[in-house]
Amino acid sequence: MAAEMRVVIARDGDIVTARQKGRELAIARGFSTTDQTLIATAISEIARNIVEYAEHGEMVLSPVELNGRRGLMVVAVDQGPGIEDPNVAMRAGYSTGKSLGMGLPGAKRLMDEFELDSAVGRGTTITMKKWVR
Amino acid sequence: MLIASIQSALSDHDLVQLREELTSRIGSLRARGVVIDVAALDVLDSFATRTIRGIAYTVKLRGAETVVVGIQPAVAYSMVQLGLTLESVATALDLEEGIALLNRTLSTRSRRGG
Repeated sequence: MAAEMRVVIARDGDIVTARQKGRELAIARGFSTTDQTLIATAISEIARNIVEYAEHGEMVLSPVELNGRRGLMVVAVDQGPGIEDPNVAMRAGYSTGKSLGMGLPGAKRLMDEFELDSAVGRGTTITMKKWVR
Repeated sequence: MLIASIQSALSDHDLVQLREELTSRIGSLRARGVVIDVAALDVLDSFATRTIRGIAYTVKLRGAETVVVGIQPAVAYSMVQLGLTLESVATALDLEEGIALLNRTLSTRSRRGG
């Protein structure tokens, strides 16, 4: 089984590193080229959110297994300002920053599972998974 | 004609730099067309898409045309899933098709005297 990878997210170059590591793991897990790209893109969107809003955070990319299904899990953690209303933040086009507001809802569409845990002042944790088809 | 061939993964900063260089070189080289080859890019996320769109609009305001070429199949699919579009920016399959498209556009434009 491929090993877990950790990437510190603090500047825009780390976004590139994170999505490259994500693709590496996706290849190791046996994902199709298309799914590798979807995973790398979702990681890119989430990593950018950290740089833009929290300034500093970490992404843990790990292999997961459930009932014989192979998958990949991304956990993104930051101690940033947090998200006031996660339901609103998940709406396409909603943004408090300079982005298009595609980041969170976009990443959710690209992955199979997506969980957002956030509170103002406590930071944000995003857990997302994709399963090999 | 100016051809910008992206060779490796680009950070947000690199993309912004590309925009600045292209915009200034259109003036210094008096280029009327720009081809941006993104075949080497394995990810076009929302920031990259928005920046490339911005480059094309800036190039237009500088009096030239842009064609984006080489968007990989998986990248195209991912952009659709994300709801990202290049809007009115011209695209072509590869560099050869892109240059041909740009030549047709520029010759039509000069015939119209535009």
